[in-house]
Amino acid sequence: MSQISTVNSVETARAQRMPSKQRQVSDIRIVQLFILPTIILLILMNIFPLIYSLYLSFTNYSVIADVPPQWVGLQNYQTILSDTRFWQNFATTGSYALVSVVFQTLIGFGLALLLREKFRGKGLITTLILVPMMLSPIVVAVFWKLMFNPSVGIFNYLLGYTNINTSPEWLGDANLALWAIVIVDVWMWSPFVMLLCLAGLSAIPEYLYEAASIDRASAWFQFRRITLPQVMPLLLIAVLFRTIEAFKQFDLAMGLTSGGPGDVTETVSIRLYKLAFQGQYDTGMSSALAYVILVVIIAVSNLYIRALNKARGS
Amino acid sequence: MIKKAAVLLALVLLLTGVLGISTAGAQDVTELTIWWAQWAPADFLQQVGNEYEEATGIAVNVVQTPWGDFYNRVGTEWAAQGTSYDLIVGDSQWVGQAVTQGHYVDLTEFMTSSGIADTVTPATLQYYGEYPVASGSYYAYPTEGDANGWAYRKDLFEDATNMADFEAAYGYALAVPQTWEELRDIAEFFTRPDDGLYGVGVYTQDDYDAITMGFENVFFSYGANWFDENYNVLGVVNSPEAVAALELYAELYSFAPPGTNDAFFQEMNDVFMNGQAAMIMNYFAFFPVLDSDQNPFRESTGFFVMPAGPDGERYAALGGQGISVNSYIDDARKQASLDFITWFAQEEIQARWAELGGYTCNINVLESETFLTQTPYNAAFAETMTFVKDFWNIPEFGQLLEPTQRYLSAYIVAGEGTAQEALDALAEEQDAVLIEAGVINE
Repeated sequence: MSQISTVNSVETARAQRMPSKQRQVSDIRIVQLFILPTIILLILMNIFPLIYSLYLSFTNYSVIADVPPQWVGLQNYQTILSDTRFWQNFATTGSYALVSVVFQTLIGFGLALLLREKFRGKGLITTLILVPMMLSPIVVAVFWKLMFNPSVGIFNYLLGYTNINTSPEWLGDANLALWAIVIVDVWMWSPFVMLLCLAGLSAIPEYLYEAASIDRASAWFQFRRITLPQVMPLLLIAVLFRTIEAFKQFDLAMGLTSGGPGDVTETVSIRLYKLAFQGQYDTGMSSALAYVILVVIIAVSNLYIRALNKARGS
Repeated sequence: MIKKAAVLLALVLLLTGVLGISTAGAQDVTELTIWWAQWAPADFLQQVGNEYEEATGIAVNVVQTPWGDFYNRVGTEWAAQGTSYDLIVGDSQWVGQAVTQGHYVDLTEFMTSSGIADTVTPATLQYYGEYPVASGSYYAYPTEGDANGWAYRKDLFEDATNMADFEAAYGYALAVPQTWEELRDIAEFFTRPDDGLYGVGVYTQDDYDAITMGFENVFFSYGANWFDENYNVLGVVNSPEAVAALELYAELYSFAPPGTNDAFFQEMNDVFMNGQAAMIMNYFAFFPVLDSDQNPFRESTGFFVMPAGPDGERYAALGGQGISVNSYIDDARKQASLDFITWFAQEEIQARWAELGGYTCNINVLESETFLTQTPYNAAFAETMTFVKDFWNIPEFGQLLEPTQRYLSAYIVAGEGTAQEALDALAEEQDAVLIEAGVINE
């Protein structure tokens, strides 16, 4: 009797623990439940604005005017592509991106090579070198603006200029202003290139160098045939990221020069900002410009990705 | 039964709704939000608002946004037809845009029937509140009057050696400049880089409107204008008077301390207080710091109004703002907002506003002996408010301002091209903007 009752109670308990068929949630449903909010968020925050701004780029529209968008076809794109000032903005951005990324790559890679060696305090020095890229760009712009000031700044003094009457006005001179932004950008982002290169360098097997040494390969040969090819994929990723960022340059340049003097440092992003906000609120035209920038960045990125794949393949 | 109940419920809801509407009035509003830029006058307005709460029980919150962000935030709020604020103390240049796009309540009837329009100086009413020009339609009550003036180092001006040297070099006595040419001479005289002293500080910042505002002081005084009576700009913006004015402004910049290539109100006060500049231009609203212990030259700081141009014309670039009512709030809040303006516009409240540090536009208060002697710069301010002039205030002002800033900065700061070339190019761009906007015909 007691055995029968024990069996019954066990079965009852098991039945209670078993969820009913209706309350079961399948794995697919769980996946959907987790993914759905993300998809909704993506659609609302990314896809919809993307499509809506594409539509606006074909209209004459100001977001603060109580007037609906008026369809103008390709007129905004025609204006952008036929306006010499827009091309000048692209040229400014392109030259800035080129010079900036080249210097960042050289300095970043150089620093990584130096930091690959083992020495006392290496960890601390690496951390200190990484500090600039951890700062907010606008904060960096504000203190570099002070450092560039010919009256009170330290930059000219460090360069050896002790007479403020002959010191260069980095941010007020049309020939120097873009270089000033490049200097700050290189100071801030070379550590990023260094970090990625350092990761690439530390992954190179030591036996490759040992084998090369046994074969009496020169240091240059080792660098050219071992170091560079092994680091290349990560270096290209670093260059890709930095090129995209340089092409979108806004905060540093805005904080340092606001695109001036005149428009000599007006990058496409600053132009976009001025067009979209700052009294103009030309939403249609600025949407078109944003798409032009997007296309250019995608094109440049594709070139890099091809080079990256080629480097990986070889 | 159910039908009867439904009818009864509908009647109750209808009555509640009707009563709700009929009783919802200004007296139901317990707080008001005023939106302004982040600066000292907004703090003074908050103090006045606290006194309004004591008098009426309606709390006033002055919400402040940094100047650099203010217009963009306001633009976004306008786009959303937002009701997060009841009143806004907006810039004079926004009036056209705000009016044509329906963001401000029309205050014409309110201001004229109550007599409020007659209590403020005509120039402030015109530039802060009226749109279109000379239409007699008002959308803002002039709240914070402001304009450009000058601060100078009296110790340098009154130094016997300086006075003798100046007279020997220029042939007339060193004193507060009466003309722009005199100001130029004095600026040149005090430019002594070896002593770390420079003649003058002028606005040069090009991200919003600073360099244009600084230049306007010379531009208007030289007899130039941004447009003629038919809104034409070709031959107007680039007139010989305008070119001469631009050349003089660029010359003044050559007597400015190094590093003032991106200077606005903060930098002006900085170069003055650190002893680098003998004279600075600035909005009167930013002069209080020069009359504080932060200024080591406080005792020897003097203030003067804009000098005159070659033909004796004298103008100062207008700053300041008027208070407007948000058109998207409900009627009860609109009425409560108008009640606040009515209270605020009273002469004794305006006197209190001035006493706290606000720049009143009330005629009687401006002329009162108490106001004129309240600070060392109030007399210059009161005089300046009789000859102020402003930039465009039509909805396209932003599109007109952007090339103005760009070309002025390129010529004055970067030294690109000639003054004539800069203004010719500017006139052409402004002309294209005005044609596209339909303001003028092709």
